[in-house]
Amino acid sequence: MMRRVLVLSTWVLLLTACGVVSAFDGGDTVRVYSGRHYDLEEAFLAFAEDTGVSVEFLFGGDAELRERLQAEADQTSADVFMTVDAANLQIAAEEGLLQPTDSEVLETAVPPNLRHPDGLWFGLSKRVRTIVYHPDRVDPSELSTYEDLADPRWSGRLCMRNSTNVYTQSLVASLIAHHGYEEALDVVRGWVDNDTQIINSDVQILETIAAGGCDVGITNHYYLARLLAEDPSFPVRIFWANQGDRGVHVNISGAGVTTWADDPDQAVTLLEWLATDGQEEFVYGNHEYPVNPEVPPPPIPAQWGTFKEDPLNAAEFAALNADAIRLMEEAGYD
Amino acid sequence: MPTGGRIGWTATVVAVAVLTALPVLVVAREGLSPDPEVWRRLWNGPLPEMILTTLGLLLGVGAGSLVLGVGLAWLVSVYRFPGSGMFEWMLLLPLAMPAYVLGFVFLALFGFAGPVQTGWRALFGPHAWFPEVRSLGGAVFVLSFSLYPYTYLAAKAAIAEHAPSTFEAARLLGDGRLRAGWRVMLPLARPSLAAGAAVAMMETLTDFASVQYFNVQTVSVGVYRIWRGAFDREAAVELAFVVLVFALLVIAAERGLRGRRRFEQRGGGRELRPVTLPGRKGLAAAALCSAVMTLAFFAPVGQLVWWAVGSSSAPRLDRGLVYASNSLGVALTAAAAAVGVAILLAGGARLAGSRVASWATRLATAGYAVPGPVVAIGVLGLVLAAARLFASFGWDDPRVLVGFSLIGLVYAYVVRFTALAFGPVDASLEKITPNVVDAAHTLGAGPTRVLRQIYLPLVRAGAAAGGLLVAVDALKELPIVLLIRPFGFTTLSVWVWELASESRWSMAAIPAMAIVGAAMIPTVVAMRRLRNPRAVPWVS
Repeated sequence: MMRRVLVLSTWVLLLTACGVVSAFDGGDTVRVYSGRHYDLEEAFLAFAEDTGVSVEFLFGGDAELRERLQAEADQTSADVFMTVDAANLQIAAEEGLLQPTDSEVLETAVPPNLRHPDGLWFGLSKRVRTIVYHPDRVDPSELSTYEDLADPRWSGRLCMRNSTNVYTQSLVASLIAHHGYEEALDVVRGWVDNDTQIINSDVQILETIAAGGCDVGITNHYYLARLLAEDPSFPVRIFWANQGDRGVHVNISGAGVTTWADDPDQAVTLLEWLATDGQEEFVYGNHEYPVNPEVPPPPIPAQWGTFKEDPLNAAEFAALNADAIRLMEEAGYD
Repeated sequence: MPTGGRIGWTATVVAVAVLTALPVLVVAREGLSPDPEVWRRLWNGPLPEMILTTLGLLLGVGAGSLVLGVGLAWLVSVYRFPGSGMFEWMLLLPLAMPAYVLGFVFLALFGFAGPVQTGWRALFGPHAWFPEVRSLGGAVFVLSFSLYPYTYLAAKAAIAEHAPSTFEAARLLGDGRLRAGWRVMLPLARPSLAAGAAVAMMETLTDFASVQYFNVQTVSVGVYRIWRGAFDREAAVELAFVVLVFALLVIAAERGLRGRRRFEQRGGGRELRPVTLPGRKGLAAAALCSAVMTLAFFAPVGQLVWWAVGSSSAPRLDRGLVYASNSLGVALTAAAAAVGVAILLAGGARLAGSRVASWATRLATAGYAVPGPVVAIGVLGLVLAAARLFASFGWDDPRVLVGFSLIGLVYAYVVRFTALAFGPVDASLEKITPNVVDAAHTLGAGPTRVLRQIYLPLVRAGAAAGGLLVAVDALKELPIVLLIRPFGFTTLSVWVWELASESRWSMAAIPAMAIVGAAMIPTVVAMRRLRNPRAVPWVS
């Protein structure tokens, strides 16, 4: 029995290996390590049609792929490293895993605060982390800033994401960048003192608000857009935080060319395409905002109007990510 | 007998153990120079609470999975009732649910906005009290219901092996069934049960995916957060040592529970004849099994089906077959390899009879106590070193690396999951009388022949159980396959994660069910073995 299982499984594995190995030919292919999955396939197919260059991508967690890239170094077959938040791109840049790109197309298409100053990485889509609320229980005039949610009048009414989540880390890092550690600590302590419910899913935060479990939350904008696409009467509204001061916190999904890319020019072509012609393919399916100011936002976010964005460069809050974790530990934020 | 054989076996066991622990050792080297600053910060910060939480979670899940696993195994082994034959294997199915799926699904079901609490509020008013789901208690509950199959499997194997002789003897001496079970079977099954509970606790220990949904901050969550968020791999590895200490505690507890006594199987080829539970009792037993199955399996699957049906966009199902064959290929190869390594280690250590060999087996099972990403990074380092070596001989075709990646993947699973196979295999060997072995030696059989002709046939039930555990764990494993797989190699668990990582649960539902389906194959195969263990072929 054991022997049969062993023989069978070895055959299956060998066949698979042959399949994988034979499919692996050098040639006109850009290989991407991607922490992002959604809509990539369609976008890459469109890119192949436009340019004749095919794209292969290997999906994984941002941090894991960065570790892998670092371990593989000159042995890597990845030409592009793509993530769903800025922090891992910035760390990859600091670790020397990315090479500078000099592209006028990218510099025009991507605003300066959404790319690395030396062109090591570029934001490709914007993810806005802002305040959401239930219209029956909250009047939007009550809402103002992330900091204001630390006020005791919000006690027992808040839902937020856990501290292990990178979006929470980036938001808190941006608080540190603007206020310094101590003041940011007071804000997060205020959230904790308000008995904020910590939920490990933006979708469930939104559903809990809809069901009456809390009144106000902080989520990425596209999760609400997604729920609204399924059910236009979903009873949660969006509020752009901090419009009276620095603007709402914006994170990016972005990419950079790896130091060991076989053909850096081809990799740059892919990034240029994603930042220009491919913007719609890349961001629309997930209701994200294009980085390119020339490209209009997708339909649902378009209804939410324009807003003021925090101009803080993603590299800056990325550098404060570790501090943000320490701060949340200190504040007792789960 | 010639001592050369013994030294040879010691050397073999040590070599296999070192090979199995190598990736862990590679990474551990980094953690050997502790940074006092890191530790001061951890001690003054979250660590004490994390340790308490981990302890509470471990004890809770250990107790919970023991009660569920042993109770259910007893019920389906000793009695016949409506559906008992079906429950016998169905009760293993919760194993197939990956933790990262289960945590989310449970919160979707039992969270504030889920159907359970919504119904509750409809019945008892909008402010009716409901226990806090996102709590240590919630995590203990869910993990117990998803991990009890480990103790169930262990108990089932133990009952199958011991029942014929000892249990029937106690019955003949006038004990009732329950009393015979409590007084005779439970002590005899203790080594197996301890091994099963230890597995459930180890899984709990290294889990960082599902506990996060319950806001439970264990040490593993801390490792994950420091590594992924603070980008401090050294501090993360140092904290992973705390996980390792916990693992050593679990192992020590397991050894302690096993006790010093040895329990040997003394022939008795008859199988246990189950008793039919009459009428209402039978229905009650069926209802109990159904209730457990509903909570642990049908409700989560039902939720997944609900999402799949309600989804407007379907995932690319045509790829499902390729992904499933990738998954099964890796999982079965890893299971066979891990069982082989386990037999070599457990049997070899017995033949060697040396303290060194017995310590070496412990080293070999250390990978199970190390979080997946740590193992993966260690293996990745070795894979790359091998590829570099080949490249230095002029073999720098990228396809070499692809091949090495696949071998590395299987190797990583052996490193991580050998302990799963080792437990049942070792427990089976524990029951072999030294008399039989001594007799064989007296008759001139060398260690190799003893291994092949006595240990191997006896170890079948343990090998089947161990192989199943490794295969199922490898099927749902995520962090290692994400880090090591080559381009173009996607498994079912990667597929689920692709869709689930951005909360696209309606699309992730179908692949998640595919994992459950794939995991049923080894489950059914192993179950057939367990039902008819033929543990002592030369007697029957």
